[in-house]
Amino acid sequence: MSAPAASPAKRILTKGNEAICLGAVAAGCRHYYGYPITPQNDIPEYMAAHLPALGGTFLQAESEVATINMMLGTSASGKRVMTSSSGPGISLMQEGLSYMAGSELPAVIVNISRSGPGLGGIAPSQGDYFQAVKGGGHGGYRLIVLAPHSVQEMYTLTMLAFDLADKYRTPALILGDAIVGQMKEPFVASPYDPASTAEKPWALTGCAGRERRNVKSLHLKDNAIEVHNWKLHEKYERIRKEEARAESYMLDGATIAIVAFGTAARVSKTAIQWARKEGIAAGMLRPITLFPFPGREVFELARTVDVLLVIEMNTGQMVEDVRQCTPLHDRIAFLGKPCAMPTPEEILERIRLLAGRKG
Amino acid sequence: MTGDIIMAGFGGQGILMVGNLLAITAMEEGKHVTWFPAYGVEMRGGTANCTVVVSDEEIGSPVVGRPKGLLIMNGPSMEKFLPMLTPGGDLIINSSLVEERQVTRNDIRLLSVPADDIARDRIGSRQMASMVALGAYVARSGIVSLSTVFDCLPKVISKKYEKFIPLNVNALKEGAALAGFHA
Repeated sequence: MSAPAASPAKRILTKGNEAICLGAVAAGCRHYYGYPITPQNDIPEYMAAHLPALGGTFLQAESEVATINMMLGTSASGKRVMTSSSGPGISLMQEGLSYMAGSELPAVIVNISRSGPGLGGIAPSQGDYFQAVKGGGHGGYRLIVLAPHSVQEMYTLTMLAFDLADKYRTPALILGDAIVGQMKEPFVASPYDPASTAEKPWALTGCAGRERRNVKSLHLKDNAIEVHNWKLHEKYERIRKEEARAESYMLDGATIAIVAFGTAARVSKTAIQWARKEGIAAGMLRPITLFPFPGREVFELARTVDVLLVIEMNTGQMVEDVRQCTPLHDRIAFLGKPCAMPTPEEILERIRLLAGRKG
Repeated sequence: MTGDIIMAGFGGQGILMVGNLLAITAMEEGKHVTWFPAYGVEMRGGTANCTVVVSDEEIGSPVVGRPKGLLIMNGPSMEKFLPMLTPGGDLIINSSLVEERQVTRNDIRLLSVPADDIARDRIGSRQMASMVALGAYVARSGIVSLSTVFDCLPKVISKKYEKFIPLNVNALKEGAALAGFHA
C-alpha cells in the first residue's frame, strides 16, 4: 500500500506497469522479451528504453510463442528473465510454460489481463484466473501466481516473484489487470532484499572443466517421467505449505468477510470502510498468492463469519477454490462482474443485502 | 481535504494530462491519491477520461461510482457521466463545446467555463482549454492549492515545452477567476 502521507519527499507518482519494470530491474532482471498487446505496453516501452543502457537485452520477438522459448533458453543459462503480455498472448505461451515447468526453469511472466475469451476486449477482467492457477498448458504443473492490488505491490511482488521462481525452480506469474496496470499512485522504491540466493548449480554456463549438466523436460527412460512427476508434485506441495500469503483487512469481529484479489479487492476496501461506518461488521481476506491459495485462512474464516462474499471480475472462478476450502457452502455468496469494474457502491449494496439492511 | 473527480472529453484535449497534474499536485501536498485512465483504442479523437481520488487517508478504490466532481470537456461525455455525479457535486462544463441545456439535472453545482474560447482568445492557444477547466475545478473545489499546481507544472511538461509553462499558469488563473478565485 501507499506510504504514510507524512513523508511525501520519497514518493513518486508511478503507473502500475512501470512499477513492475522497476521491481524487475531492482531484482537484477536484465533480459526482457515480449510482443505488444494492450493493456501492458508500458512494460515493453520501459524495458526497451532502459535495459540496453544497463547492459541487458530488450527484444521484441516475432510472437509470444517465440518469446517464451527465448525465455526458456535465457533461464537455462541462469539469468533472470521476464516477459509480459495479456490474455491472448499468455495463451500462446502455454506450450513453452509447460516446457519450462517440466524443465524446472525459473522466470517471471506478467499477465495484465484483459477481457476474453478470444480477442475479447481491452476492459479489465479477472477471467484468466483458471488459466493462471490451474496450469494453463499440458501435462499437469503449477505456476506460482501473485496478485498485486496496488502500485507498490506491483513493485514488491515482482521482486518476490523472481525470488520464489529461483527458490523453487519454477515459473512465477504476476496476475494483474488493466486497472492495477494503468493506474498511478504514489510509490516508494524500497530496496531489494533478496529472499533467495543467486546460486544456480544447475545452470548451463559452459561445461569446460566440469561435469556436463542437462536441462530438459523429456524423460523417456523406464519410469523416469513418473519419478519426475512425483518430484514436481512434492515441490508444489512444499510451495502450498510454505508460500501462501494473504492480507487480513478489518476482519476483527467481522460477520461478513469478502474474499477478493487484485482490483476487486482494492475496490472492496472502500465498500468495507463505508459498511463499517453504517455499523455492519464487514472485512476482507485478500489472497496475495493465488497459487498457493491461502486455503487454511479461508477454512478458519468460514467458521467464524456468517457470510463469505467472493467478489471477482468474472462469472465465478476463484469461488470454486473457496468452496474447496470449507464444507460450509451455504455461507458462500458470490458477486461477479465479468469484464467490468465493480464500483464500491455496488459492493456496499450487496453487503447491506447480506446484512439484512435496506439501502 | 478529500475529493474525487472524473474528467472526460475526447483524445487530444489533454484530459489525462491535467488529471495527472492534479494527482501529482495532491501527492506534493502530502495527500494520498490515485489516478486511473480510460481511453478508446483510437490514437486521437476517441473518448478519454480519468478518475482522480484525493484523500488524507489510505485510498481503497481507484474506481468511483458516484464522483463528487465532474469535469466535462465535450458533449458525448456529458451523456455518459452526468447521471453518476453525486447530488450536490460540482459539475464543470466546457461551455465552448457543451451546451448548458444538456445539463438535465438541477441537484448539482454547475460552473460553465467557455474553456476553448478563453484558451483561444486570452491565452492564444486552444490547447490550453483543459488547463483553463482544471483551474476552474481547483478553485471551485479547493481540493488542492492553485499555487502548488503552478509549482508542479514542470513535472508534467517536458523540457522541450517548458517555455509554455507561463501560458499554462495564465490558463489556470483564467479558469480559477471564473470560479471566483483570483490568484
